[in-house]
Amino acid sequence: MNEQTLHLVMGAVSIIVAGLTTAIGAFGAAFGESRIGSAAMDAMARQPDEGAAITRNLFVTLAMVESTAIFCLVIALILLFANPYTAGLHLQ
Amino acid sequence: MTEISVFGDPVVLWLGQLPVTRATLTALAVSGTLVLVAGILRHAILRRPGSLLAIIAELAVEWPEQLVADIVGHPVPSLAVFSGTFFYFLAACSVAGQLPGVRTPTSNLAVTSALAVLVFVTVPVVGIRSQGLGRYLRHYISVSPFMLPLELMSELSRTFALSVRLFGNMLSGYLIVALIVALVGVFVPTPLMALDLLIGFLQAYIFAVLSTVYIGAALRAREE
Repeated sequence: MNEQTLHLVMGAVSIIVAGLTTAIGAFGAAFGESRIGSAAMDAMARQPDEGAAITRNLFVTLAMVESTAIFCLVIALILLFANPYTAGLHLQ
Repeated sequence: MTEISVFGDPVVLWLGQLPVTRATLTALAVSGTLVLVAGILRHAILRRPGSLLAIIAELAVEWPEQLVADIVGHPVPSLAVFSGTFFYFLAACSVAGQLPGVRTPTSNLAVTSALAVLVFVTVPVVGIRSQGLGRYLRHYISVSPFMLPLELMSELSRTFALSVRLFGNMLSGYLIVALIVALVGVFVPTPLMALDLLIGFLQAYIFAVLSTVYIGAALRAREE
């Protein structure tokens, strides 16, 4: 396998894996966020007086769960735009 | 179509050996604008109390103080200044990113890492100042000495998470808008830009809240 073929294979694999990374990462984060959201709605329905405090904690927790999906996105972006193995291909 | 650099940052000019990148210039411009606005608000609150600008100024100062008091449990003016500065700077960066031709400086990993390192350094400084070196170091092994590596790892990983979370959110917003502009046209990405602005404000709020929580935990250990 010569250099050019290796770069092409690495590029194809990188693109497929980047899509899979984002998809699986978004799946997990979406599942976790739906549970947080439903729990927060439940808590707010029970105690409307605490709505402001619950909303503040809700946003912070959502962002922390969301960050796992964002990490997956950053890894996908590294695979697509800053991949050392496909440097000769000029994908971007 | 213009070149979209995802991770790189073009150097605009060299000050001797010091490279000045586009993100540095944008961040400096945002800081300058913020200082200017703060000066205008200060003038308003000194000369014309009761006017609209003075009310805005009071809200802008009281809101971070209330936030810090809610999280820490008692008012901490210096921490309110610290976290409030983070919020206003990040929100202003997000607004600046909506201007045509300007890329938000927070979509650069170096900028967000610098902000996260600021929090990382402030936590032990505040902890040692409020409870002393011995007591601060002892809280690492207060649960069990075997927890020490985990505690150290969590200090590092939360700093990493703080920077990459902000970077990823702002970069994804920028990339989505850039993609839609390249594919469709000029006016189509307006709703996505509004969403990007909302996410920018939310991330600024979360950065401020998380830094308050981390520093507040170092402060709070004194009272227990």
